[in-house]
Amino acid sequence: MTDAAVEVRGVGKRYATDVEALRDVAVTFPRGRLTTLLGPSGCGKTTLLKIVAGLIQPTVGEVRVGGRRVEGPGPERAVVFQDFALLPWATVLRNVAFGLELRGVPREAREETARTWIAEVGLAGFEQSYPHQLSGGMRQRVGLARALVVDAEIILMDEPFSAVDEQTRRKFQEDLLVLLRDRGKTVIFVTHSIEEAVYLSDQIVLLTPRPGTVHRVVQPGIERARRSPDEIRRDKGYLDAVDEIWQVLKLYVG
Amino acid sequence: MWGEAPETDPGRSPLLTAAALAVWCLVWEAVGRAGVVSIVPPLSRVVASGAAVVTSAKFAGAAWISLRAFALGMALAIAVGIPVGILMARSETVGRILRVWVNVFVSAPVSALVPLLMAVVGIGQTTVVVTVFLFSVFVIVLDTEVGVRQVGRSLVEMASCFGAGRGDLYRKILLPAALPEILAGLRLGVIRGVKGVVIGQLLIAILGVGELFETYSQNFLFEEFWALVVVVFAFAYAVSEAVAHLERRVEHYARTR
Repeated sequence: MTDAAVEVRGVGKRYATDVEALRDVAVTFPRGRLTTLLGPSGCGKTTLLKIVAGLIQPTVGEVRVGGRRVEGPGPERAVVFQDFALLPWATVLRNVAFGLELRGVPREAREETARTWIAEVGLAGFEQSYPHQLSGGMRQRVGLARALVVDAEIILMDEPFSAVDEQTRRKFQEDLLVLLRDRGKTVIFVTHSIEEAVYLSDQIVLLTPRPGTVHRVVQPGIERARRSPDEIRRDKGYLDAVDEIWQVLKLYVG
Repeated sequence: MWGEAPETDPGRSPLLTAAALAVWCLVWEAVGRAGVVSIVPPLSRVVASGAAVVTSAKFAGAAWISLRAFALGMALAIAVGIPVGILMARSETVGRILRVWVNVFVSAPVSALVPLLMAVVGIGQTTVVVTVFLFSVFVIVLDTEVGVRQVGRSLVEMASCFGAGRGDLYRKILLPAALPEILAGLRLGVIRGVKGVVIGQLLIAILGVGELFETYSQNFLFEEFWALVVVVFAFAYAVSEAVAHLERRVEHYARTR
């Protein structure tokens, strides 16, 4: 396989409340691939994502991005948030360009780049709308565009589709694959949906319930090139992977 | 600038408000004409002498002095109140040290302190400015703190992810996100500020509208007295409505933060 974009080494996290969220987690995220963190609620998958993002410091262990130790957020990583985290007082255009605004890119240049990405995620015509005028799915497209605009090589997505309905979610998953195709992004994707994980991922990291630790790494190996979403969902590799993961996860349910 | 205007509810219909006001004006006129209470002249006479009061040089002088004290006191209260409120929300220590005092002073009858102020800063304009400040600053601090406290963690995380420095965080996230609460505090602040001017000047009795009130009531000039009351009330209402107007413009996002 390709080289590692992100390495997580011996990471453990104990909160001040003495809750142990993660214990001795070691995972490698290959460059240019989409890896899902999958596990039951409360397995610390979001905590792990935020540690990689540099938003939370691990109690022990370290995260290395491109060989360098993570001390905080950095321009090579961009995050898509579960609750979208859009500025409610700013237009879609300003929200999408926000990362560039913070980097001091002049207004015209950043808005031009933002417009391109707004069109890419399918929101052309909504540049001047405000978040409260958009549906949940559209808001998350804004969040996705904002993460893509800054041209980070690593995209971290924290249950990005959990707040949208099932139809929107499927469409969004399909569009996400199209958007990411041939762009060489390394994606770390948190979800609790087995189908979503298998549909999207090159690699799936299964986490145990709290304290979260890596139970197993699955690589579905589904042939995606030139195939429709429905064909992928009927693929034997897809169905086998869903079944295999369910066999593991159901041990933790109930 | 903030998006489309929110829908108006019937309580804000200008026609109904005008009708309600008209009814009260008629009641006032009737009470005045009946002569039930000697200190209440009919509204029509109040309005007539009101015109004379407002155009007099004495009123212009008093209004100028009062407005200046109000503006200075409010500017001070905003300049101090908003930063202190933000600081209290962002620093656990500062919050702990100041919260109890802010809560005491926001509910305390601050007018009781005005005589003390006169003793300390002298009988003059400064006392009035400080009174306005004390009347309005605490509610501004309190509401700003509440506003900044409720800013969602993910907005702060988002900003930090995309490379926001400390200055960006305050200017581009915390301040605008807390704006609905800050404006609510400001609206209560200006209302209290108007009270501060009048009470301060009444207690000092040789300045601005306070002096005019004294003159009119001591000389039994009730028509002028009531005219001045109406003017002051209208001013207080106008400034609070001006802030309320700004508040309504940010209302739509207060719900979606």
